[in-house]
Amino acid sequence: METLLYVALFSPLVGSLFAGIFGASPKKLFTGLVTSGLIFASLVSSVLLFIHLYNGGEVVHVEMMDWISAGNLSVPFGFVVDNVSIVMMLVVSLVSTIVHIYSMGYMEHDKGFNRFFSYLSAFVFSMMILVMSDNFLGLFIGWEGVGLCSWLLIGFWFHKESATWAANEAFIMNRIADLGMLIGIFMIYWNLGSLQYDVVFANIGDLDITIVTWIGIFLFIGAMGKSAQFPLHTWLADAMEGPTPVSALIHAATMVTAGVYLVIRSNELFALIPDVGYFIASLGAFVAMFAATMALVNKDIKRVIAYSTLSQLGYMFVAAGLGAYWIALFHLVTHAFFKALLFLGAGNVMHAMDDELNIMKMGGMRKVMLGTSILMLIASVALAGIYPFAGFFSKDKILEVAFNGHNYILWGTLWITAGLTAFYSFRIVMLVFFGSERYKDFGFHPHEAKNYVLWAMTPLAILAIIAGFFEHQFFEFVHKVLPYYEFTEETHHMVGTLILVTTGIALTGIIIAVLTNIFKEGGISEKCKDNFIYKLFDNQWYIPKIYDEVFTKPYKELSEIFWKLDMKVVDATVDGVANAIYSTGENTRGMQSGNLSYMLRWMVAGLTIFLFSAVAYSYSDVLLTLLQGVAK
Amino acid sequence: MIGLEHYMILTTVLFMIGLYGVVVRKNLLMLFFATEIMLNAVNIGLTAISNHYGDLTGQMFAFFIIAIAASEVAIGLGLLIIWFKRHGTIDLDSLQSMKG
Repeated sequence: METLLYVALFSPLVGSLFAGIFGASPKKLFTGLVTSGLIFASLVSSVLLFIHLYNGGEVVHVEMMDWISAGNLSVPFGFVVDNVSIVMMLVVSLVSTIVHIYSMGYMEHDKGFNRFFSYLSAFVFSMMILVMSDNFLGLFIGWEGVGLCSWLLIGFWFHKESATWAANEAFIMNRIADLGMLIGIFMIYWNLGSLQYDVVFANIGDLDITIVTWIGIFLFIGAMGKSAQFPLHTWLADAMEGPTPVSALIHAATMVTAGVYLVIRSNELFALIPDVGYFIASLGAFVAMFAATMALVNKDIKRVIAYSTLSQLGYMFVAAGLGAYWIALFHLVTHAFFKALLFLGAGNVMHAMDDELNIMKMGGMRKVMLGTSILMLIASVALAGIYPFAGFFSKDKILEVAFNGHNYILWGTLWITAGLTAFYSFRIVMLVFFGSERYKDFGFHPHEAKNYVLWAMTPLAILAIIAGFFEHQFFEFVHKVLPYYEFTEETHHMVGTLILVTTGIALTGIIIAVLTNIFKEGGISEKCKDNFIYKLFDNQWYIPKIYDEVFTKPYKELSEIFWKLDMKVVDATVDGVANAIYSTGENTRGMQSGNLSYMLRWMVAGLTIFLFSAVAYSYSDVLLTLLQGVAK
Repeated sequence: MIGLEHYMILTTVLFMIGLYGVVVRKNLLMLFFATEIMLNAVNIGLTAISNHYGDLTGQMFAFFIIAIAASEVAIGLGLLIIWFKRHGTIDLDSLQSMKG
């Protein structure tokens, strides 16, 4: 079992290093094949580990080596495969295997082919460390690792100004949150003297509740950054500058789910502080709605999907915040499948349209891209939450959780959001694949993606359809680690009605999307575009602008002041010292002319000075009295 | 009567003449002459003081200096001749191979 664990963990690293060797050389197909193969090995090991655990096997826990041992601090390099981390491992390795294979088609003509695979595998490795670590510090290493790799991947096309900007934005936003996370980890160590999950969670109950609250708050700040919750959400949509497979990997299976994973992993901590949990749930519901409104009007296909990710992460946080950890994890899993599928489908469309992202320039593309359109349709239905697709089961459970706690405001928000979700996901499908063929006016010649790319996406499509039916087995499997969530009798009676109501609004959203797009392309008339609400949504609630005014510009001005200070004080001092030494040398180099008669003269001068000073020294008493006499 | 003071004045004047020669002369031969004058100025001083105190040590030093000066001149002149053969001049300004 240990071997399997090591294979699952380290084969992405080996792949990354291997592809990295060829990083600077022109495209070599085998780098893609080798990395894909190694990720697949990781997937196979994860599946075997899953089978082991599913058959009631013991949790695999290894300590590879001592990592930090200084004074009282002892942190081993340990990994644990339990019922929660195996779920994450399966999702990560499955989605990344598919993304790797897909990328071989997508990045076919890219100069940085080898480099891309190296980064992609490194990303998977970091994520594996994140989910498999048995302590907070190892989690933090993986946390930083995915941050770094996302920076490399978002800025993969670094010759584009916007890509480097987005990469930096993502990295800096995450740094802000990581500080919170780090403070949380410090506080845990300070108060409990250990960072191992089992030790921490066994003793967390003994702590003062205020301290636990602060720890919870700081850890959640970290989660907010990685999972792009308000107010640190702007990076996610801008991160669409990266290649599309990266978007699929970052926004579906990995990175953004890390925050949710952290909350789920620390469930024993958050269970002690229901107030913080309630805040998490409220923020989640707010973000779900907030992101959905932005997705309603955006014209960029990838951005719409990115906002929908934000919105779905909000759903997960609602479940996690209200204590239904297994439901949050369940939605994380199903969401990973259909969201990855959605992104990869968008990648196909983008490729067909020569990197055009504006959905207004597409339309009627089902005639040329039948395979992609079917896959996208499946993913959209799953996202909208229609029976029997995966999204229906998990999203409905979250709504039940919100209803169960009598949090009717949360429930209402999520309910409306479900309608909005259905609307915007079908708006994309309608605008891209149905309607009149607007792309012809813009001179595009779309073509279907390669066959193996479509085949690679098929497993995701199948999972997006059937994953929901494994709800019961999933619950049985993870509840060994995660706490049980109790539904009240009242909710049990209401379940039927709730499902009906939710499906109703989702169907309404779909129908509105279909109808508006049949009668008028785009669904939004010119008159509506002058509307304040439309403008608010289209400008992302003016939040990027506010950040620009409140943070970026003052920071830039402050930097300029410091720059001037630096030039005039620090640089001037250093330059002054250097110049003084330089001019001393310049003035005295005459001495070293090599001319003997000059040297002799200097020798005589030196001798005279020494002689006089020797005399002056030996008669210093006499001289002093003489000088005093003169002074008087 | 000629006393110690007179000898001292003589040796100082001679030494200064020698030093002046070392500083201003450019011809290597003349430099040698100037150094010899300085050495002999010191010799006069040493002998005079030795005589004044009735101590022979000073005169012994003078002999040593004469012997060393003789060998030094022999070596120095030898080098000077080789230099002259090589460069055709014994001007001090031509000895600049050590210029930094």
